[in-house]
Amino acid sequence: MQAVSIEVKNVVKRYKHIVALADLSFTVSKGEIFGFIGPDGAGKTTLFRILTTVLLADSGEALVEGLDVVRDYKKIRKLVGYMPGRFSLYMDLTVEENLTFYATIFGSDIKQNYHLIKDIYSQIERFKDRRAGQLSGGMKQKLALSCALIHKPSVLFLDEPTTGVDAVSRMEFWEMLRRLRESGITIVVSTPYMDEAGLCDRIALIQNGHIMKIDKPEGIISNYPHRLYSVKTDDIYRLLTDLKEYPGAGSVQAFGQSAHLAFTEDLPDRSHLSAYLEQRGHRHIGIEKTEPNIEDCFIDLMVTPGVDG
Amino acid sequence: MRTVLYIIQKEFIQVFRNRMMVPIIFVVPLVQLIILVHAATFEMKNIRMAVIDLDMSGSSRKMISKFEGSPFYVIAQSTFSCQEAEKAMKKGDVDIILQIPRGFEKQLIRNEKSKVQLVIDAINGATAGLINAYSMMIILDFNRETLVDLVQPQMIANVKSINTNVNFWYNPKLNYKTYMVPGILVLLVTIISLLLSGMNIVREKEIGTIEQINVTPIRKIEFVAGKLIPFWILAMLELAFGLILGKILFNIPIIGSIWLIFLSASVFLMVILGFGLLVSTVTNTQQQAMLVSFFFMVIFILMSGLFTSIESMPDWAQMLDKLNPLAYFIRIMRMVMLKGSSFHDIRLPFYSLLVYALISISLAVRRYRKIS
Repeated sequence: MQAVSIEVKNVVKRYKHIVALADLSFTVSKGEIFGFIGPDGAGKTTLFRILTTVLLADSGEALVEGLDVVRDYKKIRKLVGYMPGRFSLYMDLTVEENLTFYATIFGSDIKQNYHLIKDIYSQIERFKDRRAGQLSGGMKQKLALSCALIHKPSVLFLDEPTTGVDAVSRMEFWEMLRRLRESGITIVVSTPYMDEAGLCDRIALIQNGHIMKIDKPEGIISNYPHRLYSVKTDDIYRLLTDLKEYPGAGSVQAFGQSAHLAFTEDLPDRSHLSAYLEQRGHRHIGIEKTEPNIEDCFIDLMVTPGVDG
Repeated sequence: MRTVLYIIQKEFIQVFRNRMMVPIIFVVPLVQLIILVHAATFEMKNIRMAVIDLDMSGSSRKMISKFEGSPFYVIAQSTFSCQEAEKAMKKGDVDIILQIPRGFEKQLIRNEKSKVQLVIDAINGATAGLINAYSMMIILDFNRETLVDLVQPQMIANVKSINTNVNFWYNPKLNYKTYMVPGILVLLVTIISLLLSGMNIVREKEIGTIEQINVTPIRKIEFVAGKLIPFWILAMLELAFGLILGKILFNIPIIGSIWLIFLSASVFLMVILGFGLLVSTVTNTQQQAMLVSFFFMVIFILMSGLFTSIESMPDWAQMLDKLNPLAYFIRIMRMVMLKGSSFHDIRLPFYSLLVYALISISLAVRRYRKIS
């Protein structure tokens, strides 16, 4: 068992009558990339704000690097780096001024920890005299990450860092995170994108303030209880409704150009489904058995809630 | 300490990088001084008068010519009809009606009391009061002269006339510009410092930077100091700039110590900056902050004694004005600039401001929270 970086026990947070976090418990090991995967409004930001000591939980206990988020908030603030979901640097300051500002308020300077951000910052360094507001989305994100790293944090909280960033920059960003992990930083990241889940060491699927499951991405996929088929025809919209009416069908989800259809048991006879669809006027029918991905698992867990604390 | 210095530096970079800021800081005071000082004057010129002379005697003509000869009055209408004069006043063509009754001179000669009637358009109470005062002075003057004319020389000694001798101290020429400039300077630094500080932290909330700042180990007091000091410096520069303009453009006297002015200003600015900070901690958007600041600013300014004298306000308003930092500072400015008052003379308003500053800053620091 690796050393523990973050420990959360029974944390509850309510906003008036809305429950944002319902009795959350989990641990994050040192040096892992831990992902919170869930839709908007699942409670990810609330959790991050509690862990970064800017929001008080109603009850429960949370420790970051062995420090209590309420009692030792001053110490925690020196240890953590936080990148809020919204770009929150000064648009009217240049790239370099932003970085200097964050280094200074941590009582540090750029030179001291330059090695940490070198990989990332070198990509935007030629724009260092440009104002942050004039950077592209991907570059803004790199700057924000540099600012969150400049004081050499032990734990990095990234709240939806890739939202609103193009696909190429997203992949680049994840590569950067994996490199950062090698320097021993614990990274807690949240994302609404299911395809990013596979890039984390462990993930927690979160929905309505509940953690539905915590596991390695492979573990979550291998625990998927159903048989999954990818069905394709020439009319994807009608296909979805027709599949739902097929006897014995579990969940039906649109997935790109095809539909994912779940069955509790192996489909005994594919031709029966094929004939059913033909009868309903579909053509170019293709049915294939497929491996589930995180999104399938997430949807399955949403349908049967309360599987895991 | 290094942190505070860097925040101050950062604020200055941001202020001067904002393209609107430099004109706001340097052009606005110039324009406001020129416009306000000329426009917000109480000096009465060209008071339009309608004359109803029913006596048509030497004395009545003498009185009219006295009005005509004063620099303040213009005879806009001469008539025998009251209705006509009233109609003119209703239309706004005349400000005052002077009616001299039949037999005015005869009664004067008989040494009886004689009466004239003045009707003043009092829609603007302050103006009406002034017109009244000016008219009284002219009539008083007329009285004195006729007394000398009509009464036998040997009897003069027996006439117990009250000799009113009016001296205007500290502003001998009754120059309203001299009176207005110190007040308008106060207005200027108030607007600049209240709006800038009120907007500032709210702006960080709006663009989301406060979120990241709150997670850093920066101390509350460091952050607040880093926010207030730049605007304190800017407002002091603004005041210096305004004083220089006032001297060049209006040649306003600065009789008292210039250091006393800046010392009082530095305390006054702490009140206003603390207030602005307080506003920005309780609001969430710049728009809200702007509206709240304006609400207080309008009350503070209207009750500051800049345009209307505090002494003529109702008692409750005078009590309320004890909470108005502008009233204190305008008083100090006028006393020091025009009267040359020493610290001892202004100690009461000065200490009031000091207490106010402590309250407003500590309240603001307390209200600003990093944890929600």
